[in-house]
Amino acid sequence: MSKSYTPGLKILENTKIVKERKLPLKGDIKCSLGDKVKNSHIVASTFLPGNIHMVNIANQLNIDPNTIKDYVRVEINQEVKRGDILAENNGLFGFFKTQIESKLDGKISNISKSTGQIMISDPEIPVEINAYIDGSVVEIIKNEGVVIESHGTLIQGIIGVGGEKIGELVLAEDENIDCKGKIVIISKSIDKSQYDQYSSRGAIGIICGGFHYESLSEILGYKLGVAITGTEEIKTTLIVTEGFGEVEMSKKTYDILKKYKSQTASINGATQIRAGVIRPELIIPIERRDENYKEFDEQDLVIKEGSKVRVIRQPYFGVIGSIVSLPKDPVVIESETKARVAEVELNSGERKLVPRANLEIILD
Amino acid sequence: MNMQKNKVNTILATDCGSTTTKAILIEKKQGEYRLTYRGEAPTTVEAPFEDVTRGVLNSILEIEELSGRKILSDDKIVSPSRQDCGVDIYISTSSAGGGLQMMVAGVVKSMTGESAQRAALGAGSIVMDILASNDKRLFHEKVKRIRDLRPDMILFSGGVDGGTESHVYKIAEVLEAANPKPRLGVNFKLPVIYAGNKKATDKVSEKLNKITDLQIVDNIRPTLENENLQPSRDKIHDLFMEHVMAQAPGYQKLMDWADAPIMPTPGAVGEIIKKISKKENISVVGVDIGGATTDVFSMFNGKFNRTVSANLGMSYSICNVLAESGYDQISKWLPFNIDEEDLTDRISNKMIRPTTIPQSMEELIIEQALAREALRLSFDQHKQFAVSLKGVQQKRTISEAFEQSSSGRTLVNMRDLDLIVGSGGVLSHAPRRNQSFMMMVDSFKPEGITQIAVDSIFMMPQLGVLSSIHDEAAIEVFNKDCLVRLGTSINPICKSKTENVELFDYSFLYKGESFKGSIVANQVKLLSVPYEKVEFKLVPTKNIDLGNGFGEEVIVDVFGGEVGIMLDGRIKDLSGNIYIKDKNMVSDWYNKIKVYNL
Repeated sequence: MSKSYTPGLKILENTKIVKERKLPLKGDIKCSLGDKVKNSHIVASTFLPGNIHMVNIANQLNIDPNTIKDYVRVEINQEVKRGDILAENNGLFGFFKTQIESKLDGKISNISKSTGQIMISDPEIPVEINAYIDGSVVEIIKNEGVVIESHGTLIQGIIGVGGEKIGELVLAEDENIDCKGKIVIISKSIDKSQYDQYSSRGAIGIICGGFHYESLSEILGYKLGVAITGTEEIKTTLIVTEGFGEVEMSKKTYDILKKYKSQTASINGATQIRAGVIRPELIIPIERRDENYKEFDEQDLVIKEGSKVRVIRQPYFGVIGSIVSLPKDPVVIESETKARVAEVELNSGERKLVPRANLEIILD
Repeated sequence: MNMQKNKVNTILATDCGSTTTKAILIEKKQGEYRLTYRGEAPTTVEAPFEDVTRGVLNSILEIEELSGRKILSDDKIVSPSRQDCGVDIYISTSSAGGGLQMMVAGVVKSMTGESAQRAALGAGSIVMDILASNDKRLFHEKVKRIRDLRPDMILFSGGVDGGTESHVYKIAEVLEAANPKPRLGVNFKLPVIYAGNKKATDKVSEKLNKITDLQIVDNIRPTLENENLQPSRDKIHDLFMEHVMAQAPGYQKLMDWADAPIMPTPGAVGEIIKKISKKENISVVGVDIGGATTDVFSMFNGKFNRTVSANLGMSYSICNVLAESGYDQISKWLPFNIDEEDLTDRISNKMIRPTTIPQSMEELIIEQALAREALRLSFDQHKQFAVSLKGVQQKRTISEAFEQSSSGRTLVNMRDLDLIVGSGGVLSHAPRRNQSFMMMVDSFKPEGITQIAVDSIFMMPQLGVLSSIHDEAAIEVFNKDCLVRLGTSINPICKSKTENVELFDYSFLYKGESFKGSIVANQVKLLSVPYEKVEFKLVPTKNIDLGNGFGEEVIVDVFGGEVGIMLDGRIKDLSGNIYIKDKNMVSDWYNKIKVYNL
């Protein structure tokens, strides 16, 4: 029989966590295999090429591009300062020379005989990546990055905005919390005004159950058209665990987060709902691993009788229940669509037929 | 493929879409190829199933369950077939992973730039940007753009043979400075296809050979009047297989399984649209609305065009439809009121959980309202882009060559349009065919007399790739099982925008019985006539044109279909949109055309 997989988000406590830390371009690795690293440890670095500026020597000196080498006074890879002579002609009997000066500091990256241009690159931009989570270096990807392995809690959200942050977890339900430099956990759905409130109090991250699309548009300053995020320049990274609208964080997720209150977590709002899907995440590494820990098994995502599920679309959006049966034949549902369904006993005790595509498995 | 075509009895074909993977089984029974079973499963590109073959296997498992035929053994396709086991051919198309994303470059944006764009689009790619010497961007802006976009491939054209070289070198220097890296895999060099001035080839190679995987093909524009797209298109297909697909999760395995190269989905659909148009000698507009993109194809007077609206789709990019169209445009199609926050939250939930389906009628109506807007926006983009293109090689006079864009706009002439074909989940899987019919009429706004058809179960991509290795089987299945003739829409062209005025009288004879009536402004009527030819007499009033001019009578053969013949008296507002006064009006239309039971 075919297996119905549901795109269940990982809510895993006491699990192995593996993070690949890769540079955007090839570079240097700053650690060794087996090293124990802290989240802020720089594990790899590289330089991004600087901006490029063109100087059209052939045009300015009125020469054939092919002869450019006879006029330039610089060489490829030479550093130049603003005001340095890049090229000059011979003038008239050595007088009245036309000289072309560099208008910026940089490095000569090309002198083109084809177009008669000199290319000056701005200084390279250094890029460093940190370990992001406390753990051990278990693999070195030559010139590209490292793989860090850790152990702890991994919670994936459904969508997020904003990049990587590291901070202490605090619960919004606690009174008089200090948010500065911390990650605030809110079980309910929030809107922009609440987001702004925590952000202005210095929160570096917010994890909440639901959010409104219009509020997200206001934070970003544009309407999010496709869910590819993570590069937004916002002060407070936002991770939504359940979805858009009035929806509360699942009890299981909230209970885990509550348990780890005051611990340090690494979060990343980056989301990419396309091939090679990336979901936003919250990671809480723990120093001592529980020997009874359970590896994530993809078979757990196979929907079967008894599976605990959440409905992820109207009319039962957000409701939690258990699979009672999985009718083999497709069924005509209210929208007149013929779909493979599951009989779900909702927490209220009611039994409903729900398309299997509208169910998300809740991992134990 | 080594197998003899007449020995092919069982064909398995899959299409790995961005949201779902669709499998079809074609079997030769009593001497003819017919579609027998179909399976569908979510595309598995999300962790922990970052392997597209998992979705493929799941869709095949569905076929196994339904047919009782054993196709898989140890998660592999059994081939060749034996009695009730295995298949003779396995083929696949793919648009998963965001499809093929390209940048193109040319010297003059409207000339070699456009030719490169046509070649890339025709090969099934999404064109992310066009670089050109005259695109008004500074050098460093172009360099930054290439670095930021990280395309899968670049098609670099420029200069007719023997023409400008310096401009070609300047573009080569932009690419050299950008030192572009591919989107997938940092260890690979970015494929760059050079299809420009032959004389510049050596120096372009000098600049780009070391930093890119440079491929040289014949000039895309050897002379001003001559466009030669096929060598570039073929190379794009080859590189798509070697570089892009090979990098995507699980594709290497899929490529090993398949008996023919995996084709980008839009390329395969385009093949089928061309075949319909050529076979029936008619003008066709085809649309394939997917989860991430909407492709529009047109064939007018033998000239084929394809556009892809990269971010207008029904799941991954559904919020972009909302952003481009707006709440008002979407909610006007709804026969009920819904507040903006509720609507936008529902739509955005579809974006983040793209594989869900509408369970309630309300959800279905919202989804189909969004489809109308995605189709409308995509078709508007197509009309703006469509330019003359005559298959592989195109001859133009010099004066026509300079007028490409303006002449292109005139190509999509709605009055000349004979047939609209819809494909894609929201059209092929609509619970009622009347819904697909109405969505296409509402978004394409045909003029005059236009037939409407739909891909029965969304199998045009698979048949497109099948036609490349077994034409006979592809055409047989296409005619018998794929194309569903829905009927005809009769849409008058109105000078007047007044409500309730009479537009035209109609009369026809069907099965010996005579029918007649008249249509007033904003009225719609559905005549239940199956797919057969009926002679209609249409008498428009003086401000109405039904094909022969204002006030001129028309006698014409009209085809019915699974839905029937729609007499559409709806008038357009000043911006060309269908005028909707209130919710009652839209409810009335839906009831009359049997779209929903309201």
